[in-house]
Amino acid sequence: MILVGTKLEEQVFYIDRAMLKAYADASGDQNPIHQNEEFAVSVGLPNVIAHGMLTMALVGKFVTDWAGGSPAVKEFSGRFVKPVIVPANQRVDLTVSAVVTEVVGDRITIDLKATSAGVKVLGMSKAVVVK
Amino acid sequence: MLNPDSVGRTFAGAESVTVSQSEIDAFCAVISEGDTTVAPPTFSIRITLEQSQEILSNPEIGLDWSRVVHGDQRFEIKRPIVAGDTFKCSSTIESYKVAAGNEIVTVRSDLHSIDELVVSTWSTLVVRA
Repeated sequence: MILVGTKLEEQVFYIDRAMLKAYADASGDQNPIHQNEEFAVSVGLPNVIAHGMLTMALVGKFVTDWAGGSPAVKEFSGRFVKPVIVPANQRVDLTVSAVVTEVVGDRITIDLKATSAGVKVLGMSKAVVVK
Repeated sequence: MLNPDSVGRTFAGAESVTVSQSEIDAFCAVISEGDTTVAPPTFSIRITLEQSQEILSNPEIGLDWSRVVHGDQRFEIKRPIVAGDTFKCSSTIESYKVAAGNEIVTVRSDLHSIDELVVSTWSTLVVRA
C-alpha cells in the first residue's frame, strides 16, 4: 500500500557532451544548441544546453525504475523552466526526487522535481503510474 | 508569425513510420535502460517532434523553427511502443498565443497503429521574439 506523501528516494544522473551526442542520434534532434558551443553562444545561450527531452527521458527512467518498468507509465508531463548547461569536458548532475500526491485504486500520481547545479530545470512535472 | 487559420486544424503525416529494435536500443542506451523489449515513456518524441517540425515549418503555416524552444511536454500512453509498430501520426495545432513578443504554440500529436491510439503527446513550443 503506497500512501500519499510517500517520498521517493532521490537519484542523481550525470549528463555530459557525449550523452548529448548520443541523445541527438537516438532522438533525431540534431539542433546545434545541444552540441556546438560556438553556435549556442551565438544565439544567446550561456553554453551548450541539454535537450529538454533528454532531461525528461532521464526523469522518465527515475519513474520507470520506481514503478517497475516502462509499461507502468500512463501519463508523464513537465515544463522546461531552465536549461541544463553542459560545459565541455565536464559532467553535470541531474538530481531527481518525487513525492506521491494521489492514489486512486492502482493509479498513483507522483510530483517530480529535477535540478541541475542546484537550479530547478523541470517544473510542473507529474507522472501517473500503475503499480 | 503563425497563420491564425491553422489553429484547430489537424494535419495527417504523409507517411507511416515503423519503429525498429535498433531505434529502441539506441534510446534505451542513452538512459541506461536495460529493458529494451518496450520503448521508454518518452520515446515517441522521436516520431512526433519531427512531424510537428515538418507541419509547422510549412510556408502555409509559417512558424520559424530556427527560433523554437521547447516549453513543456506531456504524454498519455495507452500501451508501450514496441519494435515493429507502424504508426500514422496526426498533429493538431490546439492553441496559439503571442506573449511579450514570443509565439506560444501547443501541438497535439496522436500516434495510431492501424485503428489503435497508442500514444498522445502535447508539445508547447515557444518561438522566441
